[in-house]
Amino acid sequence: MKRGPSAFNIASVGLGLAFLYAPIVILVAYSFNASRLVTVWGGFSTRWYAALFHDAQMLDAIWVTLRVGVLSATFATVLGTLAAVALVRGGFRGRTVLAGGVYATLVMPEVILGLSLLLLFVAAGLPRGFWTVTLSHTTLTLAYATVVVQARLGSFDRSLEEAAQDLGCPPWKAFALVTLPVIAPAVAAAWMLAFTLSLDDLVIASFTSGPGATTLPMRLYSQVRLGVDPKINAVSTILIGLVATGVVAAYLIRQRRRPA
Amino acid sequence: MRRERSALAAILPFLWLAVFFAFPFMLVAKLSLSDTVLAMPPYAPRIDWSQGLAGLGAFFGALDGETYARLAQDRLYLDAYLSSLRLAGLGTILLLLIGYPIAYGISRCPPGARQALVMAVVLPFWTSFLIRIYAWIAILKPAGVLNAGLHALGLPGVDILNTETAVLLGLVYAYLPFMVLPLYAVLDRQDESLIEAAQDLGATPLSAFWRVTFPLSLPGAAAGALLCFIPMAGEFVIPDLLGGSETLMLGRVIWTEFFANRDWPAASAVAIVLLATLTVPILLFERQQARVLS
Repeated sequence: MKRGPSAFNIASVGLGLAFLYAPIVILVAYSFNASRLVTVWGGFSTRWYAALFHDAQMLDAIWVTLRVGVLSATFATVLGTLAAVALVRGGFRGRTVLAGGVYATLVMPEVILGLSLLLLFVAAGLPRGFWTVTLSHTTLTLAYATVVVQARLGSFDRSLEEAAQDLGCPPWKAFALVTLPVIAPAVAAAWMLAFTLSLDDLVIASFTSGPGATTLPMRLYSQVRLGVDPKINAVSTILIGLVATGVVAAYLIRQRRRPA
Repeated sequence: MRRERSALAAILPFLWLAVFFAFPFMLVAKLSLSDTVLAMPPYAPRIDWSQGLAGLGAFFGALDGETYARLAQDRLYLDAYLSSLRLAGLGTILLLLIGYPIAYGISRCPPGARQALVMAVVLPFWTSFLIRIYAWIAILKPAGVLNAGLHALGLPGVDILNTETAVLLGLVYAYLPFMVLPLYAVLDRQDESLIEAAQDLGATPLSAFWRVTFPLSLPGAAAGALLCFIPMAGEFVIPDLLGGSETLMLGRVIWTEFFANRDWPAASAVAIVLLATLTVPILLFERQQARVLS
């Protein structure tokens, strides 16, 4: 029998969540504030949203960011799924090296990653811009995608795939037809995580981007440095809304599929 | 036979990490031994392939540790180094103190609530990091939300934006999910019958916690501490937005050397020093993860 939570347990979880959500709630609330000042409530207004849609630079940055995010998340998910397969099933000698590379990327400070990637692009003579950011974000998010898929693959019953192979199915086909559908939710989660990390990254993008490929975090950062701008609250609220809807929907779908 | 085929899957990710992760570190190391020049790219020497092997020889001959000597003489870098370690260390301790009760509290809830609570802890992580830190500016600034609240309660206001306190607050805030999750993972897996056994043998709930639950949760605490400490030591956004000009952290120094001073060799040398310092924690983290996997 598991004991229920004590008053202390409930208080610590409640306070913890309040700490995590308070800044987000304040930000969302003030995106609807008619006043420019943070502490003055000037009534409900959507003027900052209207202003946002007339800010061509901001819209351009959003477009760049979305394209980089979709491409890099897709590359990272493919590579990460491959890496997860190799890590979970491979008994090969390079396994520890691959695992080492994956975990090192996971915790590596972004400043170091950004600087080293920039030097690579300079040495290779690649002009900095859209593609260099995309390649860099693939490298950043690949490790996260690997970890997510690996967790699911670890608990996958391998005998299903082996049965398919025993019945004459070639290995790649057995993987695509048997394993992939089962681990699909984890692959989708890996893609989502990679995509959000890419949308979010300021440091690596700043190092590896060039003229014409300013991402949204870079734009926001330069705005933030100039002071608090209510338009940032508006763009943040839209982002938060999109991500929250996606994550909660994914969670509910998973809950429904699972037998009670 | 099947094992070998699975190993084939490793080829692409392996090559990717070799080209985009491992090899660039060598470039950083090389550049940290180069000299700063006014050119684009702003460093010398560069390998002159037209002279063949002689060019390569001249290139290696021109590398020296001058940049490191320069860094060692400047108090600023040492200060930044020490305050990075201090803030990351303090942040990790605070995260353990704050994250543990949260993770423990979640693990005590009924199963349905646990899932929802874990998701609630993770959800902020999915929203923009930059934006969440930015939100703290509006809270902490002198005429911000925090002081408005304090004044309403008749309390004196505080001015902590642009101080180390604000940086610590930002670190704890941003990394809290990374501390709670590994802790929760070990606490949730714990066998309840161990606690029951301890209590049957006469332990009070408190001593059962300290002598059974807590020691068994230490691997999770170690994983969380490493997962937070390593990136915090190189953090840029938090000290830059919430810290004052005197809050120097290595991540910020690398950024300034690179973008403001255009001193690429100095930025590289600082990055190498940071990397060398973090090698031991990174290896510990990898060993820890390997143990979890097997």
